[in-house]
This record gives sequence, structure tokens and C-alpha cells, in this order.
Amino acid sequence: MNYKIENIKKIIVPNPLKLDCGQTIKDFPIAYETYGELNKKKNNAILIFHALTGDQFVASDNPITNKGGWWTTAVGPGKAIDTDKYFIVCANVLGGCMGSFGPKDISAKNNQPYGLKFPVITIKDMVRAQESILEHLKISKLLSVLGGSMGGMQVLQFCALYPDKTFSAIPIASTASHNAQQIALNELARQAIMSDPLWNKGNYYQDKKVPKNGLAVARMAAHITYMSDKGLQEKFGRKLQEKKDYEFTFDADFQIESYLRHQGKVFVERFDANSYLYISRAMDYFDLSKQFKNGLSEAFQNHSTKFLIISFSSDWLYPTKNSKEIVIALNASGANVAFAEIKTDKGHDSFLVEEPEFLKTIKGFLDSNFEIFKNEK
Amino acid sequence: MKNEFKIIANLLPSQSRVLDVGCGDGTLIEALIKEKSIDARGIELEEDKVKECISKGLSVIEGDAETELGQFPDKAFDFVILSQTLQAFYQPENVLGQLLRIGSRVIISIPNFGYWQIRASLLFFGKMPITKSLPYTWYNTPNLHMCSIKDFYQFCEKKKIKIDKVVGVNGEKISSIYRVNLEIKNLLSEVGIFVIS
Repeated sequence: MNYKIENIKKIIVPNPLKLDCGQTIKDFPIAYETYGELNKKKNNAILIFHALTGDQFVASDNPITNKGGWWTTAVGPGKAIDTDKYFIVCANVLGGCMGSFGPKDISAKNNQPYGLKFPVITIKDMVRAQESILEHLKISKLLSVLGGSMGGMQVLQFCALYPDKTFSAIPIASTASHNAQQIALNELARQAIMSDPLWNKGNYYQDKKVPKNGLAVARMAAHITYMSDKGLQEKFGRKLQEKKDYEFTFDADFQIESYLRHQGKVFVERFDANSYLYISRAMDYFDLSKQFKNGLSEAFQNHSTKFLIISFSSDWLYPTKNSKEIVIALNASGANVAFAEIKTDKGHDSFLVEEPEFLKTIKGFLDSNFEIFKNEK
Repeated sequence: MKNEFKIIANLLPSQSRVLDVGCGDGTLIEALIKEKSIDARGIELEEDKVKECISKGLSVIEGDAETELGQFPDKAFDFVILSQTLQAFYQPENVLGQLLRIGSRVIISIPNFGYWQIRASLLFFGKMPITKSLPYTWYNTPNLHMCSIKDFYQFCEKKKIKIDKVVGVNGEKISSIYRVNLEIKNLLSEVGIFVIS
């Protein structure tokens, strides 16, 4: 893994941040990227929260992989989230590995990378750290906050923490609390990483022998959960990988095997194994209802934020049921909420791929709410 | 906007909180928001219509009113609207109970099975009636529990549901319905609109 990320835009957060784990951090970097232009009235800003393995490079080339942004299907000039019209901000999460404060950073105490000495962080910590970006950009109220998967958790957390800082919110394919299956799948990924001998209790930065195999297996397992049974079958079925018959070995005979191996391989080039542990842990600890005495609906009491909840019919990782729980809590608190389940075979990953019905819904919601927000100011 | 929606809109005070159950493409709630500053929400079963509503910026949730009204707290809305849908539920009585629980008042419209054209169709032709407000054939109708204005009136009385107002609609013509003119209005109205609480 190449750690050359000097050219990444970042701010140093000066205010001390007391983390949920009890530790306090200060003067730490949060890396971010922006697209489009902030208008004079500063009412066209949208904050996007990325998912577990995402980063701030939503719609521009990632400087490490030199590949396009992770959400170019939705974000760009003339796209559903139109950068000709809106000012898009996305920050790398706390604990990440794309320029924000994370376990591979060097500790001032001993000049060594933090590794497992990095404090355990939560979704709430991530959101509070990112809020500094808004202060830095002098944006007092966003048009919208949105994000899929772990991004959606941050959206919910943001709204609970800062009800007056956004006009609307779009949690996509997400949940208000990680359930047993979701924790189990994350634990599987973490165990894959930690059982790689090169992981070495998180101390692998010095001699650059990183736990590639463990991280690749973690990615492979996770990748399966992002697709639906039907989607996988249609794309790969039992097709063989550049061969006419079985080879009676354990090489990748099937296309799906080859595909997963490739996904694992490219992932380890851009992602830090310890970051994976920390961020997946934050997801597991996420339970918004726990932050409020009277449960989830209290999180949104007396909010004027306009919510749009979106789920995907074939998403079994964060199924519609999870989204409906959010809708129910919002309705119970009298919040302003819209909800749609998009019918698709593309599984959890639906929000990242070309899914016209989804993109059209997001666009309509943002554009119509921008008109209302503009006139409100 | 159809006449029925105009009548319903006139019954609603501005700035009230309204839930339109089975809001379709959101025509009514959009008008209520724009023209009367009403805080109007919707719930709709059909995904395409929900997406259409969301694209207009309306707060509409995709869901089945038969099973999902339980999520709203008691008296969450000043008015709950149910337009010509009651007859399509499996358990209309239960749904009605939910509507009365979540709304201080309920505006409910019913396609009147007592309308003379419907009576005539069955009487003279011996066939299930097909009219403007009931355009379905017997084998593909979503309507499971048809009733007349008189049926619903008596149902409310029996269940001790307070009837605040009843309006009969026949094309562009509207008229108030009371117990004294119930028989004749039951014959002449295509749709009945009840305000109950």
C-alpha cells in the first residue's frame, strides 16, 4: 500500500473532541473533498457521508488508485446530485486511511504509528469530527446530508446531533442499529484480518509487510453481502473462468471465484487493515436508540428536517425492514418523512451502481427541496 | 383536480396537520400544501406513485394502510383523509378504527352503492354495475366491501362514531346530507363524503 497522500485537502481540527470511549483527541486531521461551487447565500451545500470502505473522492479520481470516484453514477455535472447546481462536501471518516486521523498515523508520543493504540471510535465520533468541516467552510445550514450504508448511519447521527444544521436528510440502505447478523459479518471480516500472521497485533506499518491476505478475504466476504443471490446468479452463474472444463484443482475455476479474488486484490492496495477493524467496530457499536432515554423516536423529536428513507428490495445486508424501523420512529416522533423501497436485483450495492429509479427519486427530492429551502431563507 | 378533492380541500382549515391515506400521485396533498399551507403527508401502496410524490418533494411513505397505520401516534393529525379506498381493505372496520385513532377527525369518501344507476344496473340488467366511480368488472375489482351512503351512515351510528358532516356528490353538484334526506340522497349521490370523529 502506498501511503503518499500529501496532496490531499485537509483541515486540522483544533477543538478537542471527547470520544465516546472516553479519550480526548485534538489537532487531528480530517481530509475532505468538494465538488461544485458554494453559492452566495450558502444554501446549496450537500454533505455526503461515505460507507465503510469509501473515501472523500466521491466524484473525482482517487489519488492512490487513480480510479474514478466511488459515486460517479450519482454525483457530477448534470447527474442526480448535480455539481453544476449544488456544492458537495465529503470528508474521510475519523479512523479512515485517506488522510483523516486514523490508526496508520504517527503518534507524537513515540514517533510510531498508532496501530491498536488508536482509540476505538464510534459513528457519533466520526460525525462530530466531520462537523468541523462545516465550520471551516462557514456553512450554517446544509440543503441535505446523505449517504448509503454506514453513510446512512452518519446521516441519522448527524440529524440527531445537529437538527438545525440541515434542511433535509437521505439515509440510504441503512439502519439505526446494527443487528446480530450485521455484527457477525463484520466480526468475520475482522477475524480474517487478525488471523493473518502479518497483521501482528496491528504492528505492520514499519516493514511494509501488510496483512494483505487477511484483508483480501475480509473484502471478499463483505463483497458477497453487497450483492443479491439473483444478481450474482445472473452475472456469474456457474460460468467458468477462461477454461472449458473443471481443472480439478483449487484455482479459480469459476468466474465468481476469480471476480472475488480480484476484488480482494485491488482492495488491499488502497485500504488499511487496521482502519477496517476500527471502522467496522464503529458500525457494530452504532445503536442510535441507545443515545436516548425513550428510544429512537426521541432522536428526532421536534425536528423540522425533511427525511427521505430509501431501501432496496434485494438488499439482504441492510434490508427494507431496517429502513422501515427508521420510518416508524420518525413517524412516531411526528417528523417529516418520505420513504420508498426501490425494486432491484442489485442488492446492497444498488446505491453505487446505475439504478435509474433510485437516481431519479433522489434527484426529484433534492431539486424540489432546494426550491423550498431557497425560498425559506 | 377532481371535484371531490376540491370539496375535501374546502373542509380543511389552513395550517392543519393532514395525512392522506392512499394519496396516489399526491395531487391532493400538493394542492393542500401550496394553497392552504397545510402540513400534508401521505401513505401510498404503489411504488411508482410514491416515487412520483417524492420527486415532487412530498412527504409520502410507501406502505400498506391495512397494516402500517399503527406506527402513527394517537391524534398525530388534525385530519386523516381516506378517499374512495375503504371498500378495498380486507378489514375496513379495523382500518377505520386506526384512522379515528391517529386523526382528530377523519374525512372519508365512499363510492355510493345506493346510487340509482347502480341499483338500476342490477335491477334491470341483472349485472354487476359499472359506472364512472366504479369502473371495474366483477372479476378484477379491488373493491371487497361495497356499501351505500346509508350503510355507512348507519354503521357510524351503530358504532357510536360521531358524524360531523356528510356531503353528497353527483357530478358537479354537491349537497348536504342529514338523517331526514338520507333516503333520497342515497339514491342521487354518486359519492358520499363523511367527516367523522
